[in-house]
Amino acid sequence: MTDSFLIKSVTDQFPDAALASHAYRGDATVVLRRESLLEVARFLKEDPTTQMNFLMDLTAVDYSTFGKGPALAFFSSSGVSVRPTPEMPDQDPWPGPPDDARFAVLYHFYSTTHKHRLRLVVPVEEATPEVDSLTALWPGANWLEREAWDMFGVGFRGHPDLRRILMYEEFDGHPLRKDYPVNKRQPLIGPKN
Amino acid sequence: MQNDPSYFTSRLDEAIGWARKYSIFQYPFVTACCGMEYMATACSHYDVDRFGAGLPRFSPRQADVLFVVGTISHKMAPVLKRIHDQMAEPNWVVAFGVCTCTGGFYDNYATVMGIDTIMPVDVYIPGCPPRPEMVLDGLMKLQDKIQSQHTTGKRAAPESRPAILSA
Repeated sequence: MTDSFLIKSVTDQFPDAALASHAYRGDATVVLRRESLLEVARFLKEDPTTQMNFLMDLTAVDYSTFGKGPALAFFSSSGVSVRPTPEMPDQDPWPGPPDDARFAVLYHFYSTTHKHRLRLVVPVEEATPEVDSLTALWPGANWLEREAWDMFGVGFRGHPDLRRILMYEEFDGHPLRKDYPVNKRQPLIGPKN
Repeated sequence: MQNDPSYFTSRLDEAIGWARKYSIFQYPFVTACCGMEYMATACSHYDVDRFGAGLPRFSPRQADVLFVVGTISHKMAPVLKRIHDQMAEPNWVVAFGVCTCTGGFYDNYATVMGIDTIMPVDVYIPGCPPRPEMVLDGLMKLQDKIQSQHTTGKRAAPESRPAILSA
């Protein structure tokens, strides 16, 4: 089971659903249209050749400031290169964030039978930040979707109990959004330090 | 005469202070990684029982020193405040680790920038995490403070040591 097999099985089965795909250094990824998330996820879980029985991770990314400032070389001091050196050309580079969508919701699937993994990326516009919930297929998606809602404000249609999970109910806003003020404090008691 | 206690009263203060400082019933409020260092200090290698603090009470009503060990988030702050309010007088608070002292390296939406913004603190033990020696040093400073405290609960200034200890 190679990365290309997984990508191919999704793009063959759902030619209209996949917007793009890549396998940057072995991370097989399919960028999906939002409407087709549920059927693709059900196929990945139930098809005998994929059998993704484990939802490893579910999170979101806010791309609203991506590429608008100079890139910070976070790892330069540790000796890890931020971009690949010319000696190591990338055959299949990471294509960058999806266009015209502020958020991307990411799903990492793993199959304990076939020992392979696949990532789905679903671009989500700012106007309607909502995707379908996967709790019916993977019960473990429940808290992960609550976390994505809490931190990024991305809603999940069909979630049984979409409440905040990390922050308190009185908290206003979603702290991992790029437009959440970095100095904004909302203490329950005590001063606004 | 009011501020000049008689011989008998001062000896009583001294005796009560001595009894209090060697019978510290601590309440460990452990939230984060400092807890490992707290456990290392409390166990037999460093042995806080030498200082009479070897019996943690997991009820604030039975404890007289609150050890706040680890990062306190804004979500946790009301809980910590309630725990502190439930402790009977006299009580003392130790801020264990730099996160409880100042917030440490956290400066974000989630973290309380030092528990002294929500409650009085008697001893600050910085470090990330503090070495057991620092914890024991803080514990001894707390003992000094307890010894110097008046029986009525009036606290001495942090740096002032009673003459009997300096001698």
